[in-house]
Amino acid sequence: MKLPIYLDYNATTPVDPKVVETMMPFFTESFGNAASRNHSFGWQVEKVVEDARESIGNAIGAGGKEIVFTSGATESDNLAILGVANFYQKKGKHIITSPIEHKAVIDPCHALEQQGYEITFLNVEKNGCIDLNQLADSIRDDTILVSLMAGNNEIGTLNPLKEIGEITREKGVLFHTDATQGVGKIPIDVEEMKIDLLSMSAHKMYGPKGMGALYVRRKKPRVRLSPIMFGGGHERGMRSGTLNVTGIVGFAKALELSMDEMASEAERLTGLRQRLFERLTSELDYIFLNGHPTERLPNNLNLSFGYVEGESLMMGVSELAVSSGSACTSASLEPSYVLRALGVGDDLAHSSIRFGMGRFTTVEEVDYAAEQMISAVKRLREMSPLYEMVQEGVDLSTVKWSSH
Amino acid sequence: MAYSEKVIDHYKEPRNVGSLDKNNTNVGTGLVGAPECGDVMKLQIQVNPETNEIVDAKFKTFGCGSAIASSSLATEWVKGKSIDQAMSIQNTQIVEELSLPPVKIHCSVLAEDAIKAAISDYKSRRED
Repeated sequence: MKLPIYLDYNATTPVDPKVVETMMPFFTESFGNAASRNHSFGWQVEKVVEDARESIGNAIGAGGKEIVFTSGATESDNLAILGVANFYQKKGKHIITSPIEHKAVIDPCHALEQQGYEITFLNVEKNGCIDLNQLADSIRDDTILVSLMAGNNEIGTLNPLKEIGEITREKGVLFHTDATQGVGKIPIDVEEMKIDLLSMSAHKMYGPKGMGALYVRRKKPRVRLSPIMFGGGHERGMRSGTLNVTGIVGFAKALELSMDEMASEAERLTGLRQRLFERLTSELDYIFLNGHPTERLPNNLNLSFGYVEGESLMMGVSELAVSSGSACTSASLEPSYVLRALGVGDDLAHSSIRFGMGRFTTVEEVDYAAEQMISAVKRLREMSPLYEMVQEGVDLSTVKWSSH
Repeated sequence: MAYSEKVIDHYKEPRNVGSLDKNNTNVGTGLVGAPECGDVMKLQIQVNPETNEIVDAKFKTFGCGSAIASSSLATEWVKGKSIDQAMSIQNTQIVEELSLPPVKIHCSVLAEDAIKAAISDYKSRRED
């Protein structure tokens, strides 16, 4: 077993060696510009790009012509939200989303608020689920878009995409989903789920960084967008810029590999997730699961270790690469906005650790991670005044704290 | 974020972790910070009432590595000092000793507060 152990697959993934191999010829030999229409260098890569487009589209139940290549899911989210908002502003200026979306969705929504748009942030339950009735009730005549993610990047909770799609289609409102954490991990079909726009990113599925796509529905209904990037009119005018051929080829290969083993890999990762959870809870008390117990990404486990602060915990497991919702890991000193929106107390938000497992995670690594976590938590609880007080029977909510 | 060697040293081998008997009239207890803010420090001193010398100090801290290091260092520094000398310890000295970055300065402030709270608790208990 090689140390340190990478358990942050929700942040990014290594590029699969098979993907790298596929990409290599397009750096040096087949380096043409896919938009060059008058020589073989261009024709050759244009064909490769169109095949990749078709393959990526088919993986989500769409056609190749519905795929717009971007620099990543952040750009895809921005293009979907700002592009729809601008194009459909005569119809209305109301958008519905949730407070636990990725910042790449929330921040463009806030930017639109400054321009006179109205944003409704749905309530989320403690486990990260939205209320479908509230969604239906929030849709108005001037609502143009609903944006709800497939799986949450921090807490792993899945949204019921099919049920959301039923509601939005019936009400005649466009449905965008940020499926960065979903595509290649869980089954997604834009027809069955009535999705109109979908963001994805290659580097979350063992593809290269700087590569993403936005699915834009072509019919029933045909979705229109105003571009946010102007130039040579690539991607049918929706996203100008020379196509990242190596990235596109790598993206298609990465998605193909993920789709090939999706079902078995989901089962394996769910098993590892359960194993880690059971190991930890059998040795430690005061562990709280963040997110939904079953309706969650197969590879994500987010736990709060009561009375232990997250950053000090990560320091104690320096051979594990995990992430924390603790304030101390960010410059802002604010704990995770996702956990806060769920109503997880700030004390437990500070104590949260996200484990992300992936293709190269082994049982041995998970067992090692569990051991390391257990000894670090025990050691830190030995020096935690809060743990001591709880052991003495003190109710921490009755203590008058001197906040600073 | 990279930690200074001294922070790592105090984190790995914290000095004076533990608790003193808070009912002992020679013991002063300072509890500062809040769980919601991500750090709570409990710092205790045991004082020789004849000489006003701090003969022992213990701490327990819920917080990041820098908070643990700041309180560990604080217990090291107050031991053997008179309570007047301990009162004059400044957070800036802790920042300098541990090479804390700007975002961690609040940890040193909390450690200074903890020393002062422990001394004030000791004094008020002597008066009772």
